[in-house]
Amino acid sequence: MIAPPKPDLIPVNIDGREIAVPKGTNMIEAARLAGVDVPHYCYHSKLTVVGNCRMCLVEMGLPAVDPATKAPIMDVVSGKQKINWMPKPTIACATNAVPGLHIRTTTPQVKDCREGVMEFLLINHPLDCPICDQAGECKLQEQATGYGRGYSRFIEDKNVKPKRTQLGPRVTLDDERCILCSRCIRFCKEVAKDDVLGFTDRGSYSTLTCYPGRKLENNYSLNTVDICPVGALTSTDFRFKMRVWFLKQTPSIDTESSVGANTTVWSREGVIYRITPRQNDAVNDTWMADSGRLLYRAVRADNRLTAVRAAGTDGTLEPAVAAAAALLRLGSAAVVGSGRSTVEEQYLARRLAAAVGAGAHLVARVGAGDKLLISADRNPNVRGALLTGLIAALPEPQLTGLAAEIDAGKVKTVVSLGEDLVAAGITAAQLAKVKVIYLGTHANATSAAAEIVVPTLTVFEKQGTFVNQQFRIQKFAAAVPGPAGAADDLSVLAKLIAAVDGPAVQGEIHGVWTALAAAIPQLGPIAYRNLPSGGLLLDGAAWAHLAFPEGETLHHQPAARPA
Amino acid sequence: MPEQRRIIFQHIDEPGYAPDLDCYRRHGGYATLAQAVRRKPEELIDEVKKSGLRGRGGAGFPCGVKFGLVDRKSGKPIYLVVNADESEPGTFKDRYIIHQDPHQLLEGIMITCFANNVKAAYIYIRGEFPLGAKILERAIAEARAANLAGPNVLGTGYSCEIYVHRGAGAYICGEETGLIESMEGKRPYPRIKPPYFPAVLGLYQCPTIVNNVETLCHVKHIAAIGGEAYSKIGTPNNTGTRIFCVSGHVRRPGYYEFEVGKITLGQLLNEVCGGPRPGRKFKAVIPGGSSAKVLRVGERYKGKRKVGTEMVDYDWGIEDIPMDFDSLAMIGSMGGSGGVIVMDDSVSMVEALGNINAFYAHESCGQCTPCREGSLWMKKITARMVHGAARAEDGALLKSVADQIAGRTICAFGEACAWPTQSFVLKFGDEFKAYAEDRKASPPDAPALV
Repeated sequence: MIAPPKPDLIPVNIDGREIAVPKGTNMIEAARLAGVDVPHYCYHSKLTVVGNCRMCLVEMGLPAVDPATKAPIMDVVSGKQKINWMPKPTIACATNAVPGLHIRTTTPQVKDCREGVMEFLLINHPLDCPICDQAGECKLQEQATGYGRGYSRFIEDKNVKPKRTQLGPRVTLDDERCILCSRCIRFCKEVAKDDVLGFTDRGSYSTLTCYPGRKLENNYSLNTVDICPVGALTSTDFRFKMRVWFLKQTPSIDTESSVGANTTVWSREGVIYRITPRQNDAVNDTWMADSGRLLYRAVRADNRLTAVRAAGTDGTLEPAVAAAAALLRLGSAAVVGSGRSTVEEQYLARRLAAAVGAGAHLVARVGAGDKLLISADRNPNVRGALLTGLIAALPEPQLTGLAAEIDAGKVKTVVSLGEDLVAAGITAAQLAKVKVIYLGTHANATSAAAEIVVPTLTVFEKQGTFVNQQFRIQKFAAAVPGPAGAADDLSVLAKLIAAVDGPAVQGEIHGVWTALAAAIPQLGPIAYRNLPSGGLLLDGAAWAHLAFPEGETLHHQPAARPA
Repeated sequence: MPEQRRIIFQHIDEPGYAPDLDCYRRHGGYATLAQAVRRKPEELIDEVKKSGLRGRGGAGFPCGVKFGLVDRKSGKPIYLVVNADESEPGTFKDRYIIHQDPHQLLEGIMITCFANNVKAAYIYIRGEFPLGAKILERAIAEARAANLAGPNVLGTGYSCEIYVHRGAGAYICGEETGLIESMEGKRPYPRIKPPYFPAVLGLYQCPTIVNNVETLCHVKHIAAIGGEAYSKIGTPNNTGTRIFCVSGHVRRPGYYEFEVGKITLGQLLNEVCGGPRPGRKFKAVIPGGSSAKVLRVGERYKGKRKVGTEMVDYDWGIEDIPMDFDSLAMIGSMGGSGGVIVMDDSVSMVEALGNINAFYAHESCGQCTPCREGSLWMKKITARMVHGAARAEDGALLKSVADQIAGRTICAFGEACAWPTQSFVLKFGDEFKAYAEDRKASPPDAPALV
């Protein structure tokens, strides 16, 4: 919980209102702080400024000073310092606030500038909003409504450009809709570090395209679709699937790695249509990886588990829980938790393990980090397992500890929280020696071999928290209901704990948080509902001695590795 | 008739004058450089400041002030970029310097470089001048071999290389920051100013001086005769000589060098260029390259102007306008690049504007919305008018489109493409209206509108 340094504040005047803004703020952001919207297309807060769309033209003035003495020149009528207004309008994106800066956004000149730019942008635009995916979230639509004249004076033929260029495997381009703002070009160059996009031809015939022989296929290509202010760049996956205004937005977290990119899940009537990044300037800015956007497909995958199974036959939850409890009461149990489980689930897993005297393990997932938003630790929540005390050390590769215990006959029952033990390193022979209680979402070798199977929910169907690599605890909400037959992980775990006569715990999130707050001092003062949407940075000092696998990513610089 | 005063063009078209080093030296060439490199650099900058020299590329910015703006404390190298992208329609002066007297330019470059502690100069020459590029390459090689450029110039310990960089054929590369982007290997999108003033953040983000070919030739002569003496040529605040490139409907089109402000437009057209073609009358003149606002024969310009320390009334017809920077700006046009385009009464102003609009629509880089979309829209309107579908309201629409461009773009191209339309419609509005009704609007031999 490190407080950011206090920025130097400077006074500016926006449409007659005096406000203080941090030094270095550009005029668009300064106006935003004053509650004044300065329309723009090419400007993006996370990209370099090019100033080409000319939509953000405003009138700018500075306090008048005598050039010789530097003394302020006063206005005799108002008694205030005189303001020298620039004769020409200025682009707000490229001009930083200086003390005493005056901006006017409501004058006839500014109105005329905006009407002019809007008209120019629309004359060669196809105006095919009825079939355009961007409709409903299109800056051109919004600002035409807000700042345009509302009629056209253009009777000439519009320019003709390519209509459906495949820029890469996931992005389709309609060049006629493109307003040449160059956001996508700058994103590829500056953020994705994959300089593949550029313009060919010139003037109004300028055309966005890939460099010869190159494709827009980096794992961040879909961010260009997000930042495209119009319907030029579209997601090939989402194209023509759904009107955006029908979609419900649910805040979520990308589960691909310990970065914990903030996301929005867009769904309608229980079906997810797309996932887009949600701005968090401390984690992922406004970006996310392409790979995380298709994870929603797991929800309706063919191998989804929807039936409770015990002793080889499908049944209902209660007898299955009773059967599982009977197995666990025999002792010699182990719990295989998951770095993909929520903090709350991990906490209950720890309580279950304690109640039956079982050891706890976690499956390690390590890959190459991409230095941006995919870290080396491909589990979203290993730190949650540390925080809740489910594990005390980093997960061992290939579950070697558990394998040894099975071989030694010390473990006869394994509770797996969604983990495929075979994929994690347990051999088929070892698996045959134990009885498995499997709580999970999808069928795999472990669920097939399990004595008891309880279908549970995916991250899109439940709520909870993850602790990312920065020790930032972030919450996510349920976007869609789970399938019939699946039960919430927390309620299943709570029932198991009750069935083995462990200390009672509630099987829903607020109840779990009451218990969490008591068990973990750091979470003491916080209630689940009060967790801020941008997450809360926790103190990870207690685990600083561990050799976390993560390298540098956006907004994360790992501490020096312990020797 | 005022006499030409040929300083820059002294040897242009002179029989027997060759673009090689020997010839240039026989005519006293490089003597100024030899003296200059033994002076203090600051003295040379002072001479240029005293001379009152204004840039000959188009904007008329004082050259000495430009040198003064260069950031000399950054620790980064300072570059000189020679703008030889002479692309403004109606302008053809730099190419004669390059083709016939390249060493004059090189001497000007070397003096400017020495004065500004520049170690590398780049001549950015437009792609359509392949021969000029070859001639310059040869001249640079000669100068290097004679120790007039390159390492240890004339044994002074000062070193400076000159390179030729060819453009690829785009008008916008004449805009200094677009030119710099092009030199860096990028699309020539002009940069936003602030912060990218060339004097501070120019080529490769280093302080850079960008000057026109003719301007740098003047520097050579300033160094030769001194700033004080140079400032006596021409008129106050409009010093030196200027090359006027007269094209269009006069009897003797061509290039003429006069002291700035010592000749009126009327003298230039009627006396120097021989007046209109037989049976024709002048109708309109564009005085400073195609982007300058057009002047209509018969209109009057009235106001007060400063003569010495006094304000005096003036009442001019277009023939009375002194051809200097300030007078042309005062009457609402500009001296620009010195390209004087003359149109007589055979010209349809709608068709002439259609021609200009086609050029600017083709040359807009496409970066800023107003210029990119507006220039092509204006072109489409005038093309439609010329091809038979003119409407009475088109003139007003053209003017309104142009008004939405000027002053709202990153670079001056916005003005360059808007000013012709604004001035043509303003001054020949009746003709635009008549065009809609006139049979001529649909000439039988007009090619089909594409």
